[in-house]
Amino acid sequence: MKFTLSWLAEHLETEVAVPEMVERLTMLGLEVGTAIDRAEGLRGFTVGRVVEAKPHPDADRLSVCTVDTGSGTVDVVCGAPNARTGMKGVFAPVGSFVPGTGMKLKKTKIRGVESNGMLLSEREMNISDDHEGIVDLPDDAEVGSPAVAVMGLDDTVFDIDITPNRGDCLGVRGIARDMAAAGLGKFKPLDVQPVAGAFESPIRVHLDLEAEHADACPYFVGRYIRGVTNADSPKWLKDKLLGVGLRPISALVDITNLMTIGLNRPLHAFDADKVQGDIHVRMARPGEKLAALNEKEYELDIEMTAIADDDTAEALGGVMGGMHTGCTGDTHNVFLESALFDPVRTAATGRKLNLTSDARYRFERGIDPTFLEDGMEIATRLVLELCGGEPSELVVVGGAPPWQRAITLRPDRVQGLGGVDVPRPEVERILGDLGFELGEENGALVAQVPPWRGDIVGEACLVEEVVRVHGYERVPAVPLANETSLPRPALTPEQRRHARARRVLAGRGLTEAVTYSFMPSVQAALFGGVPDALRLVNPISSDLDVMRPSILPNLIAACGRNADRGFSDAALFEVGPQYAGDGVEDQTTVAAGVRAGDAVTRNWAEQTRAVDAFDAKDDALAVLEALEVPIESVHVTADAPPWYHPGRSGAVRLGPKTVLAHFGEIHPGVLRRMDVKGPIAGFEVLLANLPRLKAKKSATRPHLELSPFQPVERDFAFVVDAGVPADKVLGAARAADKALIAEVRLFDVYAGEGVGAGKKSLAIGVTLRPTEKTLTDADIEAVAGKVVAAVEKATGGVLRT
Amino acid sequence: MDDLASLGLRLKAAISEAADLDQLEKARLAALGRKGRITELMKGLGAMDAAARKDAGVTLNALKNEIAAAIEARKAELEDGTLDARLLDERVDVTLPARPGQCGHIHPISQTVDEVVAIFGEMGFTVAEGPDIEDDWYNFTALNIPPEHPARQEHDTFYLPGERDGQRAVLRTHTSPVQIRAMQAGAPPHRLIVPGRTYRCDYDATHSPMFHQVEGLVVDETTHFGHLKGCLIEFCRAFFGVDDLPVRFRPSYFPFTEPSAEVDIGCTRQGGGFRIGHGDDWLEILGCGMVNPKVLENCGVDSTRYQGFAFGMGLERIAMLKYGIPDLRTFFESDLRWLRHYGFASLDVPSLVGGLGS
Repeated sequence: MKFTLSWLAEHLETEVAVPEMVERLTMLGLEVGTAIDRAEGLRGFTVGRVVEAKPHPDADRLSVCTVDTGSGTVDVVCGAPNARTGMKGVFAPVGSFVPGTGMKLKKTKIRGVESNGMLLSEREMNISDDHEGIVDLPDDAEVGSPAVAVMGLDDTVFDIDITPNRGDCLGVRGIARDMAAAGLGKFKPLDVQPVAGAFESPIRVHLDLEAEHADACPYFVGRYIRGVTNADSPKWLKDKLLGVGLRPISALVDITNLMTIGLNRPLHAFDADKVQGDIHVRMARPGEKLAALNEKEYELDIEMTAIADDDTAEALGGVMGGMHTGCTGDTHNVFLESALFDPVRTAATGRKLNLTSDARYRFERGIDPTFLEDGMEIATRLVLELCGGEPSELVVVGGAPPWQRAITLRPDRVQGLGGVDVPRPEVERILGDLGFELGEENGALVAQVPPWRGDIVGEACLVEEVVRVHGYERVPAVPLANETSLPRPALTPEQRRHARARRVLAGRGLTEAVTYSFMPSVQAALFGGVPDALRLVNPISSDLDVMRPSILPNLIAACGRNADRGFSDAALFEVGPQYAGDGVEDQTTVAAGVRAGDAVTRNWAEQTRAVDAFDAKDDALAVLEALEVPIESVHVTADAPPWYHPGRSGAVRLGPKTVLAHFGEIHPGVLRRMDVKGPIAGFEVLLANLPRLKAKKSATRPHLELSPFQPVERDFAFVVDAGVPADKVLGAARAADKALIAEVRLFDVYAGEGVGAGKKSLAIGVTLRPTEKTLTDADIEAVAGKVVAAVEKATGGVLRT
Repeated sequence: MDDLASLGLRLKAAISEAADLDQLEKARLAALGRKGRITELMKGLGAMDAAARKDAGVTLNALKNEIAAAIEARKAELEDGTLDARLLDERVDVTLPARPGQCGHIHPISQTVDEVVAIFGEMGFTVAEGPDIEDDWYNFTALNIPPEHPARQEHDTFYLPGERDGQRAVLRTHTSPVQIRAMQAGAPPHRLIVPGRTYRCDYDATHSPMFHQVEGLVVDETTHFGHLKGCLIEFCRAFFGVDDLPVRFRPSYFPFTEPSAEVDIGCTRQGGGFRIGHGDDWLEILGCGMVNPKVLENCGVDSTRYQGFAFGMGLERIAMLKYGIPDLRTFFESDLRWLRHYGFASLDVPSLVGGLGS
């Protein structure tokens, strides 16, 4: 919402300086985006009178003007076609800065003639694009006086962000009212004296709306004015509109804009001679077309409010008028419309047609339903003043829908909700200045809401009004009262797990990424695909069109991008959501990670090694262990989803059903389709599947037994079929004597010469940790025998000798 | 006896002159070996009479011990010398680089969430969560944003094809629907924050289709606008680490709060740089207000008894301001160079006791 200081002054008597006004407006909730001094940089220019303009002796298009600057006369070479003897223009002396050209003026010679300054065009003053000629000032402008004052530029343009609830401030008057309430000046009365009608309007108005659409336009005020002359507006009106960024068109149109900006009363002016018969407010017919004033054609639908004549739609109610009945220089009879349109329907219409306008902007935020007739009277007076003519009596159809409501404000609520003690008389003054009519009931204030404040619906709204105008800065800040002197944990055990998973993975050398929750459907298909319910209706781009079924593809793609930048050994992880459907339960949190390229980068000390499934397994198990999963109870199976390498991937399970994690090398075919160079090893820890932690488990650890007896280590190697999982050997060995065997480690896998085709040798080290006595050779031999027997039985293998 | 003294001197000289362990062994054998000089003299004791044997024995034993000690001492000397020589030989170039290891990083968004939780946690807030895929009712209607409300249009909502209970599925445009879920799930009092992903269909230099917010909600019987100010001023000062940071509450509008405010913090842009703190300018960082009674009623909370405040702020925004990260979009590009530069060490867990990240 743009307005000028001079326009504001029509409604507010104020002495407040601009910087303070900016500050106070902002603190009223009318946030000032910019406050631009239109005269800035132009104050050095004065009114100059061209005493004589003669042709330049050496150039056809130039003239030499002798200019009376008020403090002397100087010669100025000028290229403007309108430079002429006797005119008054804007004189820029030597040494001044010309904003439109970005140059400082110097005394110069143009084709042999000395030039001492410049007569400026509007473009050179940087106030418009007009460069047809130099500025022509009125004859009564005083020579030597500041040009900005004569040009009406000695003004400040405010641009304010109006929040959606403050439709009433989409008129200068509404802003003035708020400022007056805040003590920034005195609100001036508005002259709404009616104009007597001379005849009955030949155009009648019919609200042809079914009951279900009655709210589309409940109230319509019209007036026929005959014999008008629709020429250019006078300068004051043009300047006013230009000041707020509107283009002057013709007096009738400019008056409607003036009413819109000044008083928040959008109007429409029909060329009455182009209206066939009467005005009908009705729902548009299916497929009905309207060529709107913006020179575009729109196809209307039956939910849109048409302002039609006897034949067809001539305007879109609350949004925009039509070309056919628009006012032009040939308009002699005008029919003015001052109507009330439903905010919801207006918004929906504008949105469907992608059509914005000053009228729509105001109607969709709600407009004073009682200001139709007064607005019409003010507009009529303007038309009569600027265009002449003779007004008809008002045509009034329908009426304002009920808007009156009384809201009770209990005396303690300003302090109780607003947190500040505002004395009762001040509360009453603020509300009164804002237009509320106040009464009292049982000690409470009863406020009648003014018709322009559709946003005020409850007691909290009144508290807000009082505190806002009183000043948020005057509300004392107080600390929140705590129920306990020490805070309890902010995180649930599950949330703590998510946070810990991040820290564990980062501690293992992976870098955390945060990637979009959406991804390309083509890639999603490689990771199990998504149901249609996860396909965005309006994706930001075609490659971000589905919700991700897995985090891995985003991380893999990131590895690819990093490899392109020269970082081929990326190790990335993300702890975040993945989606199986659009239900609340379908979103689960997963800790996923990838390692690309070499696990050991090329260095002088060690062999390089490409990443493999065991890097991923290690990461997955590290997460599970850090999240207090009983790691001795999990087992690994050789099945993983199809985006993993079928022979180099697995699942970490707890019991027969629960899958805690997948890990492995990413399927080379998937990488090829994603155009990312492998190898990449990845894992997905399905955090939602982890056994739940007790909210309040005991902090006490189990009793620690430390054995004083020497542990003993024995190594064994077993030859088993190549297909026997190592896990089986380890499991059998561990179970051989649970009391004595503390640890079993696999330290060698060998296949080849000496073990036979289709066989492999697995070597394990078994640590015996006695708790009751030092082991004798016989004890050790006995346990060793049990280990051999158990492993041979479980795997069908034999002890390698 | 003179002989014995000069013998001792000769033997010791041989020992001290031994250049290596072999020569030392020869010297030992010459003195204490089976045919060594001292051994020989010991053998000669048997031929003496008792008194002479006793005297000579004492003297001879002393010499023997003396020689044995000298041999041990020389042996240790020679061994140390051998070790020194070997160690010299084993010298490596310690300027060679250490074995490569990978150093991981925490993303600035996670770090910022942890910081925010640390601060609000001290004020008694707990963390709540909700789904990213919401429906119209939770995301808008329950928050007092009816279907044609202008505020709903400003949200640039992503839609999904499905429905939940007849309500269109959307990606949540803010974390506010979790307010509704929390109030439905339990009776007041409530004091919670909701960090999480949010989505809006907008992409340019200052907008990302996905970003993060943290929501706050306090509902009880007494919390008023002054508490809202106190709580958020405290947060801003703690988060930005500026004890006297100017914080301004400016009237604004959100359908779900009444009264509503936007919060600005002081800053300065003088000299081309940007600094948070006392200055000539303000920077908006969050929106807040007292929970609109309609929202309470929509959740089945008695608005004549309960009241409270809510706030919401963009996590990227406060992270960018605190850590000087210039571009919002870079948060989600997973560029290792960026992640390493702006990321945090895994052990850098924020707490008010240990200090927030810096």
